[in-house]
Amino acid sequence: MILKTKGNTYDIDAPIIGRVTRFPENIGYEILISENIFSKDWYRFKAVLSTNKIISSLEIPLIHSIKNLDHLNEGDIIIINTDGIVNTIYRVNSNHNFLLFTERCNSNCLMCSQPPKDRDDTEYFFNQYIQAIPLIPKDCLEIGITGGEPTLLGNRFLKLLNQLKEQLPETEIHCLTNGRSFAWENVAQKVGEIDNKRLMLAIPLYADVYHIHDYIVQAKDAFNQTVKGIYNLAKYGQRIEIRIVLHKQTIPRLAKLAKFIYKNMPFVEHIAFMGLEHEGYTSFNIDKLWIDPIDYQEELNDAVTYLSDFGMNVSIYNAQLCTLSENLWEYSRKSISDWKNIYFDECNKCDLLDQCGGMFASGVKKYSNSIKAVSISKLTNL
Amino acid sequence: MVSVIQKKNRKFKEIDYYKNEVSNYFLLPFRFQKINFQKEILVNEVGDFLIVPIGTAEKIILKKISKIDDEELYFDLISNFFISEDPIPILLNVLEARYRTKKSFLEHFTALHIFVISLRCEHTCHYCQVSRVTENKDQFDMSLYNIDEGIKIMMQSPNPYITMEFQGGEALLAFNNIEYAVKRAKEEAILHQKNITFVICTNLAPLSDDMLPFIKEHNIMISSSLDGPAFIHNQNRHRPQRNSYELTIQGLEKCREALGEDNISALLTTTNLSLDYPGEIVDEYVQQGFRNIFLRPISPYGFATYNEKKNKYQTEKFLNFYKTAFDRIIDYNKKGYYIREDYATVILKKILTPFPVGYVDLQSPAGMINNVIVFNYDGKIYASDEARMLAEMNDFTFQLGVLGQSSYNDIFYGEKAMDIAENWTNESLAGCSECAFQAYCGADPVLNYATQGNMYGYRPTNVFCQKNMEIIRYLFNLMEDESIEKIFRSWITGHSE
Repeated sequence: MILKTKGNTYDIDAPIIGRVTRFPENIGYEILISENIFSKDWYRFKAVLSTNKIISSLEIPLIHSIKNLDHLNEGDIIIINTDGIVNTIYRVNSNHNFLLFTERCNSNCLMCSQPPKDRDDTEYFFNQYIQAIPLIPKDCLEIGITGGEPTLLGNRFLKLLNQLKEQLPETEIHCLTNGRSFAWENVAQKVGEIDNKRLMLAIPLYADVYHIHDYIVQAKDAFNQTVKGIYNLAKYGQRIEIRIVLHKQTIPRLAKLAKFIYKNMPFVEHIAFMGLEHEGYTSFNIDKLWIDPIDYQEELNDAVTYLSDFGMNVSIYNAQLCTLSENLWEYSRKSISDWKNIYFDECNKCDLLDQCGGMFASGVKKYSNSIKAVSISKLTNL
Repeated sequence: MVSVIQKKNRKFKEIDYYKNEVSNYFLLPFRFQKINFQKEILVNEVGDFLIVPIGTAEKIILKKISKIDDEELYFDLISNFFISEDPIPILLNVLEARYRTKKSFLEHFTALHIFVISLRCEHTCHYCQVSRVTENKDQFDMSLYNIDEGIKIMMQSPNPYITMEFQGGEALLAFNNIEYAVKRAKEEAILHQKNITFVICTNLAPLSDDMLPFIKEHNIMISSSLDGPAFIHNQNRHRPQRNSYELTIQGLEKCREALGEDNISALLTTTNLSLDYPGEIVDEYVQQGFRNIFLRPISPYGFATYNEKKNKYQTEKFLNFYKTAFDRIIDYNKKGYYIREDYATVILKKILTPFPVGYVDLQSPAGMINNVIVFNYDGKIYASDEARMLAEMNDFTFQLGVLGQSSYNDIFYGEKAMDIAENWTNESLAGCSECAFQAYCGADPVLNYATQGNMYGYRPTNVFCQKNMEIIRYLFNLMEDESIEKIFRSWITGHSE
């Protein structure tokens, strides 16, 4: 999946944000994709994209000589940057849209799939989204907020949440955050005041004891802040999901973590156990992280069935059915974003291909020894 | 807003960097108790527990648990709030919220209002101290005046959810008064914005078809009695025709058909005869299609004397009965028939969940007054059902007032209530205050008074203590078997596999 392309700029001195169309009569759109050398219609748009090489002296912002624009569909929202890079912000034909609020982060997780950058990008992203959010189709079912750590936008984070509620009252908003900022009660309170019933805060908790969690996220006091944050959010009526990435550091106390969650935060709405993604830092730290899923089934089973027995809502993400105990299949969800999702050749022989979440594209770097086509006729429990 | 901590660099650090450097740990409140020859249990202030080898509590208290050599235990103790690395734990707010949650059954005050609608009964059960076989309605039925006054008091409860329960004698003998009371209470409930639930306790013998439409219309729950198979039930529950069992079963079927499975339940009264037939009783409940059974102890009000030996013997006999029946219940569950034991389920909820359990006979502060109040047929007001039994034996210690004469404050905050309150929290009773099972147990001043002569009670020979200590210990031992723990979880949530 292509989310980024590049061309030569003409007359672009500030980023331009808008929806693309290939039909000049669609004057409700902001950006035209044109294969002409010139057309009077261009004047109706904020900018024009073209694969052709265009030499222009018009007062129309232009990106030309773009290799390929096939990835853009009618209504996709893009940002044209002054350096000629065209990023896709929102794809109308996808259910996996997310808004990256910042690349900064106050943690530095061993398995971060999107390693943080320390430059201050908050103004850039804030300006991008404050313009893009009103353009998102009102019937959008779900949208993700991600980072970096989105709450580091501070008041701008709250402004964007407010705008999302006003502009997209029917859309489920799923915000990935480490929850640490909510240890400051006023932050949780302000999110509470926005009062968006469709907002879910998805917060990772990696252990029931501070030092393992702090080690995994590489930040002292993070565990205490996250637990306090979860409590503060609950106090202000916020919906919470707990996310647990499965790897060598989280497995030994996984059942104890499940107990900690049920005993101390039974108010959380959903608990997701997530297979490791081989992006970003993971490869670098692979020795500290890798454990073949087949070797943690007992621990995972204990944790999942414990929570489920007590009526908690549990899911397993990013797992291939052939690496999961059969009794855990009912918890497995097809969770990998469409643009990251692949299957092996072996998978084409599998009877469960349709139900299986498959692999991260990056998973080819290291994967379970037990990836194997499943034959329904050989299953015992069906 | 939070300031961003700019990291100097993003080089990864090893796990030891993230362990606090502490020379020693601090103790948080917890209690402990041996549960078998190898293991002891540690229970913290909110009922979370760890089962550890004997001697562990001593090591913890002497600060001999090493962060390095006993790493797993050390962090288990931290995670479960038994010890802290700071004098005041950083996550104290979590513990606070947990404690508030556990005690939140107190938040709304009295919910259950028992109206003894008639003392008349057509049974002559030998263990019953209370009922009268008579046609004299004027003397033994609750008057409309007292019904009205009882409803007035009930509507003053701060609790938005109230239950009006009709007891007897045999409540259905005064069905006209029940009809009056339900209609009246419903009118008042609208005015006072109360959500009201109705229950009729009945042996079902006087149930007639023309009662069912009213019961259905007002969503009244039926709480019935089934003591076991016919030979036990009919022996326990005397009727001239010796047909109590047959009438009960017929009544159950009628109710299930007319009202639905969920609106009818049965209670077991254990008698001396029952104690010899634990398996037969459980089988009977399964045969009748029940998904729960409540193995209640023999009410001590019948046999109660201050005779320690006799009380102890009776309790031991009951515990043997309980365990044998319980094993049978577990067997049924293992074979795939879901049936739960209600008393254990109350205790297991306290042990395994973070939620409050307001069960009137096993809570601290006690259920009397806080959760339940009894209006007797003659207008007298008692602190609990047992208090009324005591009154039938001419002891009025727990009478709180009289309908139509006493104000709400007189009843619920009067001198009698204050006296009882002195003794209704097990946190403050000798023998309970340091007990590992305190969080799972309760206080019962009426029982203490009836069996030991004072509300405070004396734990070493106390039947309430003897019974609960052993049942709780027994449940912990059973839970060592994972397949049984799994069954227990299904009892708590009510989900069968």
